Amino acid sequence: MRRNLAALFFIFTLFAVVGLYQPRFLAPSSLNSILLWMPIITVLALGQLLVVVSGGIDISIGSILGCSGIVVGLIVKEHPTLPVPVALGLGLLVGLVLGMVNAAIITWGKISPLIVTIGTLASFRGLCFLLSKGQQIDGSMIPDSLTSLARNGLTLGEITLSWLLILSLVGAGGFALAMFYYVGAKSLVAFGSNPSAAHLRGISGNAVTFWVYALCGAMAGLGGVMYAAKFGFVNPSSAGQGLELTVIAAVAIGGAKLTGGFGNVTGTLLGCFLLSSINVALSVMGVDANWQMLAYGAVILVAVLVDGLARREK
Amino acid sequence: MKFRALIPGVLLLLSIILASRLSPHFLDARYLLDTSTLYAEMGLLALAMTLVIISGNIDLSVGSIMVLVACLAAKFFEKGLGIPAVIFLSLIIGTSLGSLNGYLIAKLKLPSFLMTLGTMAIARGAAQAMMGPSSVKLPKAFTGLDQSLVLGLPWPLIIFLLCAVLIGILLHRTVFGRWVTGVGSNEKAALFSGVPVDRVKILVFGLSGLMAAGAALMMDSRYGVARHNFALGIELEAITVAVLGGAAIKGGEGTILGTTFALFLFMVIKTAMGVANVKPEYQLTAIGVLLILAVLAERLRREGR
Repeated sequence: MRRNLAALFFIFTLFAVVGLYQPRFLAPSSLNSILLWMPIITVLALGQLLVVVSGGIDISIGSILGCSGIVVGLIVKEHPTLPVPVALGLGLLVGLVLGMVNAAIITWGKISPLIVTIGTLASFRGLCFLLSKGQQIDGSMIPDSLTSLARNGLTLGEITLSWLLILSLVGAGGFALAMFYYVGAKSLVAFGSNPSAAHLRGISGNAVTFWVYALCGAMAGLGGVMYAAKFGFVNPSSAGQGLELTVIAAVAIGGAKLTGGFGNVTGTLLGCFLLSSINVALSVMGVDANWQMLAYGAVILVAVLVDGLARREK
Repeated sequence: MKFRALIPGVLLLLSIILASRLSPHFLDARYLLDTSTLYAEMGLLALAMTLVIISGNIDLSVGSIMVLVACLAAKFFEKGLGIPAVIFLSLIIGTSLGSLNGYLIAKLKLPSFLMTLGTMAIARGAAQAMMGPSSVKLPKAFTGLDQSLVLGLPWPLIIFLLCAVLIGILLHRTVFGRWVTGVGSNEKAALFSGVPVDRVKILVFGLSGLMAAGAALMMDSRYGVARHNFALGIELEAITVAVLGGAAIKGGEGTILGTTFALFLFMVIKTAMGVANVKPEYQLTAIGVLLILAVLAERLRREGR
């Protein structure tokens, strides 16, 4: 709870400071841009949240997003009439398969998830090029039905809640409910906080580990379709590149304990909102894109240091 | 232990034999020596990474620290500083950044990958913010280190071998090396036996920063310009080489000889892929797979014992 308040405090401070400097940041139009940034970060962060709570990390999500965007892009290019839910499902499936590759190596190879996903971060990025033959999926190839997910939605006055945002929020709701009621989620938390104790209570570490990485991949796959819908193109080299930093920063600032065993969906959503706001704030203030990475790094570092200091006080 | 270091050596011989069927250049010593200048920088990172991994940690920030120092050095030259001053300042900055990583990891008990993930973004971000899209030229006097020879060997190779010998002595022949291994194999036990665990971590990461700064200067000299997007993904290569050379990701094991062999093995594999016209993107895939296979093989070997 206290960590959620901290995230809220960061958001409030950001809006106050940037708003004073550049009042345009408080206009509905910039809130709309923030809300349009959120869905992709959110679905990826939900998957990453599970991984982090289980005591692991998945660095490869950006490359999984790229692969899924490319595959779905290639399919809708051939079949422009493909219903949107099917496209979303396909993306989820591609992500699930790649996530299972991670999961299998981590679970049965018993290799540290960091090393595995650093390896697959590189390998899956190469796969993007292999699948697309190095060609970008252009805007003309992506049907309107898909891109309208980002353009249309529920309108409340001047604020537009795009279908993408609604979809990601529904997903977040589902994750939150599962965290509360589903037994599997309890074993996830137990496993993350103390693997050997969880083992003694009859919780299968292998099953938890496997499905956490598989699901994280699936969410990144969903993010790939959302990426295609939002940007209207998918480039094999830039789609999702470096996104893992943003997402880990969002999860960390959202109060998840980065060493496992603790995390909540509300906090993660706040984290995603904060990271999206930072992104828009930088562009509203006319700070060039070069500063973004510095900002993300600072957020991760702040979150990690707060985590470390909090643990030291105990 | 000693036997393990020979595995990458044997693999190296095999790969040279295989690669020489692709192109006879692989049997030409001059060609291989010239190629080695491209990998000496990453080799320096891999040497320090070996110690970091043996101590049970990992350093994802080396590539970013390297690029930040490379950009800073170019800026110093622009301000009119002389070569000795720039080298001195660069090495100091690199070492301080690395030590800062180590200090926070040791004192706040943070997992090293998280801490260095943060500093990876910050250091590269700082370089990007400082340079923007432009590149800064280095003075003529400073460039071309990779072109000049000593005793028929290119300078970068000499520097790498010298560092390998020094770090090898540090790891295998000094008390400090024992401490590093001790911290990596059982931190609690090391602490109770009086090993200054925190100081060991700070020094190991400091060494990593120092090597990153050295690599940065060599890169500046080789390219003649500094840009924020050089050396992308070089930490992946350094980790792969250290692991290929037998550094155990769980800590406590590894040799500098193994890493040295692994660097040349890596060089032959990369060069062979280049000769066989494998595109850089696919080479990236192969390196990712190589990293995972190397760790997997190491684990299986350990279980087989």
